[in-house]
Amino acid sequence: MKVKLSTSDYLRNSDRFIDGLDFSDPKRLIIYSHPKWLNVHPAILTLLASMALKAGKENVKFDNLTALSGAYLDRMGLFNFVSEESPYNINKKEESGRFIPLTIIKNSIEQSKFITDMIPLLHLPVGQTDVIKYTVGELIRNVLEHSQSRDGAIVAAQYYKKSNTIRLGICDNGIGIKKSMQKHWQSRTKTDLDAIKWALVPGISGTTSREGGTEDNAGAGLFFIKSIAQIARNYFMIYSGSGVYRLLLHDKRVKNPRLHSNPDDDRHSDRNDAPHFNGTLVAIDLSLETKTEFTSLLSVIRDVYGSAIRERKKRKYKEPKFV
Amino acid sequence: MKKEYIKIKDYAGIFAENKDKAKELRISKITPALSNRKMLVLDFDGVSGATQSFVHALISEPIRQFQNLALDNLEYKNCSEIVKEIIKTVYDYMQESLDDK
Repeated sequence: MKVKLSTSDYLRNSDRFIDGLDFSDPKRLIIYSHPKWLNVHPAILTLLASMALKAGKENVKFDNLTALSGAYLDRMGLFNFVSEESPYNINKKEESGRFIPLTIIKNSIEQSKFITDMIPLLHLPVGQTDVIKYTVGELIRNVLEHSQSRDGAIVAAQYYKKSNTIRLGICDNGIGIKKSMQKHWQSRTKTDLDAIKWALVPGISGTTSREGGTEDNAGAGLFFIKSIAQIARNYFMIYSGSGVYRLLLHDKRVKNPRLHSNPDDDRHSDRNDAPHFNGTLVAIDLSLETKTEFTSLLSVIRDVYGSAIRERKKRKYKEPKFV
Repeated sequence: MKKEYIKIKDYAGIFAENKDKAKELRISKITPALSNRKMLVLDFDGVSGATQSFVHALISEPIRQFQNLALDNLEYKNCSEIVKEIIKTVYDYMQESLDDK
């Protein structure tokens, strides 16, 4: 496997990073780095960690890791996933950054502990913590319930002062969204991209063919996260198999962007030709600039969710037979 | 009628996201109470927020199973605005699904 880290691996230009991925030869991972400067989204770090877990610590090699800014990889805990010594000399006790290093979560107890512990690490004001807790809670839960990953969920996050944004990544080495959805939704999930989009539709769960879900799953999680990202004008990306769905930012002048139950109706980019990644990567940038209260945001999502379910039900109603 | 109280914080902490805990509460407390036609108060005191999947795992099946009895006998106390919104969402779509029957 090969990865190329560059000077600007952000979500807005994630295609370039994805195109440079090579998942062949899973027993070996080489991480190529730009020699002078590295700028890596936490989601990319979670993907690197997932690949390193697959290859095994001894089989991960760095190539050209000379950029001073590469110390960030060490600070975020990437060297815990490799046997190679870090070339950087960072004093972890002096860390005052607002970040969550790479963390593996394997069960709901670890999940709850992580959600409690992460807020002090990010030094967030009280009013801004619920949306982060909500997003992280739902995304980790998705991995634990649906991915069948033995390695659990790999999570990392970073606060960026300049943009007042939390960048977050969650990755797993599981079966991917398509396989997870295919048991009940084969005709709707012929490609990886179809499966990602179908998983984003409100009321659709991989655990049942019944729209509206079961006693344990409503099929609302990803739709809520996508909607939170959209209203707050944030990037949101899902990469699974060969499919990539990326929500694009709406025009700043639009105060109340319309939420859509069909992910095709959202301003987005997608592709179904990405290098095939067996697991799932979810990346999100959560802006803390937003003026919208989390409660009002949930209220808008509730309305859209309700009308989406009603509309789909209506389409199933039988017409009267007038003879 | 005497009401039974459940303090959600004791089971789920200050942010209710652990669906396993929700399921445990549903099976051990909510379903038996409704089976005995008791009034049940879910007290969210000290809980700042909850995920939709937590609330779904907590109350969707009782609503599906007991329908009006659940809607009449379940009460929610000390809910933050976030918790209220999430409960309202689950009520909306569960009642939509009851209309199917």
